[in-house]
Amino acid sequence: MWRYVGRRLLLAIPTLLGASIIVFAMVHLAPGDPIAAILPVDASKEQIEDTKRAYGFDKPLPVQYLKWLGRVVQGDLGKSIATRRAVILDVRDSLANSLMLAVSSSLLAFGAGIALGLLAAFTQGRALDKMASAIAVIGVSVPHYWAGIILIIIFSVQLNWLPAMGASSDGGLVGYLRHMALPTIALALIPLGVIARVTRSAALDILNQEFVLALRAKGLAHRRVFAHVVKNAAPQIITVLGLQFGFQLGGSVLVEAVFSWPGTGYLLNLAIFQRDMPVLQGVILVLATFFVLLNLLVDVLQTYIDPRIARH
Amino acid sequence: MTRFIGFLVVAAVSLALAGSASAEGTLRIGMTAADIPYTGGQTDNGFEGFRFVGYQIYEPLINWDLSRSDKLPSLVPGLAESWEVSKSDPRKWIFKLRKNVKFHDGSAFNADAVLFTFDSIKNKQAAQFDQYGSAQISWRLSALKAMKKLDDYTIELETPTVTSFVPYQIVYMVIVSPAQWNKVKDWRKFAEQPSGTGPFKVARFVPRERLELEANKGYWDPKRTPKVDKVVLLPMPEPTTRLAALRSGQVDWIEVPPPDSIAQLKGSGFQIVTNKYPHNWGHILRLDKEPWNNKAVRKAANYAIDRVGICKNLLNDTCVPGTGVAYKGHPWFGNPKETYDYDPAKAKEILKAAGFDGISKRPARAVALISTSGSGQMLPLAMNELIQKNLKDVGIDVDLQPIEWNSLTQRFRIGFTGENAGVNALNISFNFLEPFSGFGRFFHSKSVPPTSVNIMPFVNPESDRLLDEAEKTFDLAKQDAILAKVHELVVDEAPWIFVVHDLNPRAMTSKVKGFVPPQSWFVDLTQVSVAR
Repeated sequence: MWRYVGRRLLLAIPTLLGASIIVFAMVHLAPGDPIAAILPVDASKEQIEDTKRAYGFDKPLPVQYLKWLGRVVQGDLGKSIATRRAVILDVRDSLANSLMLAVSSSLLAFGAGIALGLLAAFTQGRALDKMASAIAVIGVSVPHYWAGIILIIIFSVQLNWLPAMGASSDGGLVGYLRHMALPTIALALIPLGVIARVTRSAALDILNQEFVLALRAKGLAHRRVFAHVVKNAAPQIITVLGLQFGFQLGGSVLVEAVFSWPGTGYLLNLAIFQRDMPVLQGVILVLATFFVLLNLLVDVLQTYIDPRIARH
Repeated sequence: MTRFIGFLVVAAVSLALAGSASAEGTLRIGMTAADIPYTGGQTDNGFEGFRFVGYQIYEPLINWDLSRSDKLPSLVPGLAESWEVSKSDPRKWIFKLRKNVKFHDGSAFNADAVLFTFDSIKNKQAAQFDQYGSAQISWRLSALKAMKKLDDYTIELETPTVTSFVPYQIVYMVIVSPAQWNKVKDWRKFAEQPSGTGPFKVARFVPRERLELEANKGYWDPKRTPKVDKVVLLPMPEPTTRLAALRSGQVDWIEVPPPDSIAQLKGSGFQIVTNKYPHNWGHILRLDKEPWNNKAVRKAANYAIDRVGICKNLLNDTCVPGTGVAYKGHPWFGNPKETYDYDPAKAKEILKAAGFDGISKRPARAVALISTSGSGQMLPLAMNELIQKNLKDVGIDVDLQPIEWNSLTQRFRIGFTGENAGVNALNISFNFLEPFSGFGRFFHSKSVPPTSVNIMPFVNPESDRLLDEAEKTFDLAKQDAILAKVHELVVDEAPWIFVVHDLNPRAMTSKVKGFVPPQSWFVDLTQVSVAR
């Protein structure tokens, strides 16, 4: 097991390197430049050259990349071009906010999604199944930023119950949770739909297997059969949960932009428009690392639940 | 499951009831900036940075008088009590500084602070040289060559040539506290605990999220001691986010509400505040290539635009038609020959007289580079589509090439060369706050790149002569009269397609009292109060 984990961790290094090279190249290939974002259009040529030199943009791209990599290896993600604050601080703050949102929306999505999926599987073909499946389809199909705007209109603008934007740190924990409520719901919709559908099909798969028939023939209580089905469907569901959690962490650019939630997605969006390359590269590198570790965790968990996987 | 749902309902209701009580005397503003403007003195984010950060925390030697709506702000004493140009050598200016002014950190304001600030912008060798701040501002301070301390409260400024525009440059240099900088010796750290002499001081700075200012109770001008205890500034680049934040009571004031929300906001009891100010939105044309090298085609284009339609139907009266660089009623407007009312028939006539019958012979197809959004750009896509249609109606074909805002500012800098070789016009908005921003940088031959941004290029000896004369005229009324002549000439030459002037819309709750919208990019927040 430890050898497996070790090998996977080693494999993560080229993955992350590849990701960082792609990000670096894409950012530099895109039109626009960071100097344009931070200097007024009337700034003199000399000022522009001085600023480029100060940030190292006067060097050829491969040199810039290697210098960046050299610093990253030493744990230094560099400084933001726009704020000149250490990127690591930006990443730390935004990651904490995004993690909170990822955890809350995942809890909501996983809980409700698994419940809906199981409900649908056990009432297959009946009205309840149709209803649960319909909710799942809506969850997957409704764009979450649109859902976010609708939530704001209903709960912030019309009812005035919940704040529309930001993550105010004035109101203490209650204030924070109030700010978190709407983005959590908006962000939970897609994974809820995905998980409900996967759970339903996984559970149905197991339900149709002969051993379930045997269990039932043995006269086992409904509850016990249910437990067996869930345990057998679990590996498949866990894979999806792991992936979805990763998406929640990094894939909430639109939702965070709609709610101005100061997380990694919001930061990425800002960094893209400001062409703030150190921030962009730093955030993506950290997110990619999270993804890799999460996938590893999922794999380990799977073998733990279902030892047959390890043998393959 | 039912228990879980029950829990959720209880949690949601209790969260809702916890309410969002706003502090008394706190003014919360939703800015359009994507980030908190630089707080270290020479601010960024254009004039929004000056509006909410630069001019609130800090002050220049000369201030804008922002107390009136009905006339353009004049220049009034700020940290300098008076200033005069030397009679014997008009390249020398003497500034008498205000005594008994303290920085927020308690240290005294004096000539050393002015020199310290000057070096932080102009002297690369100085320990306190602020590379970033300097890059933001030094192009606005081109006439400030050398500064000398005569005594603790008197400084002498020297300019390379005789120029009456010095006060218009001094307004952009805000004075920072040397004592505070010497404590941290780093501009980023200084920016987190800044110290100026302005009516507001920084209470709390949450990077990328919010900036909280509190009233400076010891402010030197009792008439401008802030009426509110606190101002909270929140960056909200998304218009819909700003709107939702205002409507849900999270902020009291938003910059630039979406035009289509204005009627509804008014109906729900919000205040919509507008006023003219020196803002210009138009197309800057390439003058050395077809079709815009032909003055007749440029004039025809200016007669083809339905400016009233744009302001009424598209922007819900948040702009006024622009038929020149300045607006009617502005001291520089003058009396131009061409009125550029919406007159497609006249446009066609002008084109016909120039040999374009509109069927067999049309002006060459032009490409206009436009942005999809951006600071001061209003609704660039919709507005440009209307302009394209207006021009097509009279026989001028324009292709629109939309690019993102950051790229447009970068492409503007290049001028009509390299990547922009196939481009004939750029749609970008500008201020004309002072003579250089309004005229000097565009309509003087010495401003052709790389010196400045006369990219068209507009080269006209008469314009050069008038601008030089204005710069040497120290009597402001006479100076205005000369600049009005420049304006008449520019309108007649039509190097731009003049389109509109923004009215700087702001939406506020009915609780916000005492705000006077000046004809300016800046605001005075000290007179604003927030009712219970």
